[in-house]
Amino acid sequence: MSVKEHMKHVDGKKQGDITLYALSTCGWCKKTKGLLNDLNIDYHYVDVDLLADADKEEAIKEIHQWNPPCSFPTMVIDNNRCIIGFNEKEIQGLKTNAG
Amino acid sequence: MPVREISAEAVESVYQRLKREAGSGGYHLNPDVDSTKDLIRGLMMNEARYGYGACPCRLASGVKDDDLDIICPCDYRDPDLTEHGSCYCALYVSGAIFRGERTPVSIPERRLPEPARKKMKASDSQRHFEGGGTSLSYPVWRCNVCGYLCARDEPPAQCPICKAKKERFGRFM
Repeated sequence: MSVKEHMKHVDGKKQGDITLYALSTCGWCKKTKGLLNDLNIDYHYVDVDLLADADKEEAIKEIHQWNPPCSFPTMVIDNNRCIIGFNEKEIQGLKTNAG
Repeated sequence: MPVREISAEAVESVYQRLKREAGSGGYHLNPDVDSTKDLIRGLMMNEARYGYGACPCRLASGVKDDDLDIICPCDYRDPDLTEHGSCYCALYVSGAIFRGERTPVSIPERRLPEPARKKMKASDSQRHFEGGGTSLSYPVWRCNVCGYLCARDEPPAQCPICKAKKERFGRFM
């Protein structure tokens, strides 16, 4: 298995390629997922705490590239930028006017 | 990994205890009861998975000794309350947030990344304790969570102020 295989897809309007690294127990991660859902944004997410050790290590490496302290939630957009934490304004900014 | 289901009654009972303890120590739980109970459920899940109540908003390593600083209440709660008005996960909040004058926001992580943490731990244990010729009739222990100090042969089983366990104390003098 790899992290990719554990990614869950939430269907919505495509606003770029969005990957959310989250924890199943984290309040800010829950709020982030909730806001993405409310905005009807298409995204993939993985709850890193629920992964088996090898996949968890792989996920940590992936997050580290974007957010060295490896905090949650970390959201990677189009493989070229990231949003760290529940940053309401930035998340709302993902939705284009056309959306 | 299958996660054991935690009943609403069990969450309620921990919520009531934490609320009581917070109040008696001058702290406040987040007044958003639903979010607070979600966090408590996460905390209880971590306790069941790892054997210690690591912060629900941080990824625990599974090695208790490496995660003592993020066992709730974490070592970062009080400085974060002072600087940001809430702890990292917003389980604990300032008086202003408690009274509804402000709302908690997602704050930056104060915990150092692992390599820096390990380095600091090593230098901490070296520092403890050369004594410098002072003669004290008892060693002084400091609670790493709230800063409570006590002079006695060993730290108390539980901090009387913030309820952190004995293992969270360090030798101060």
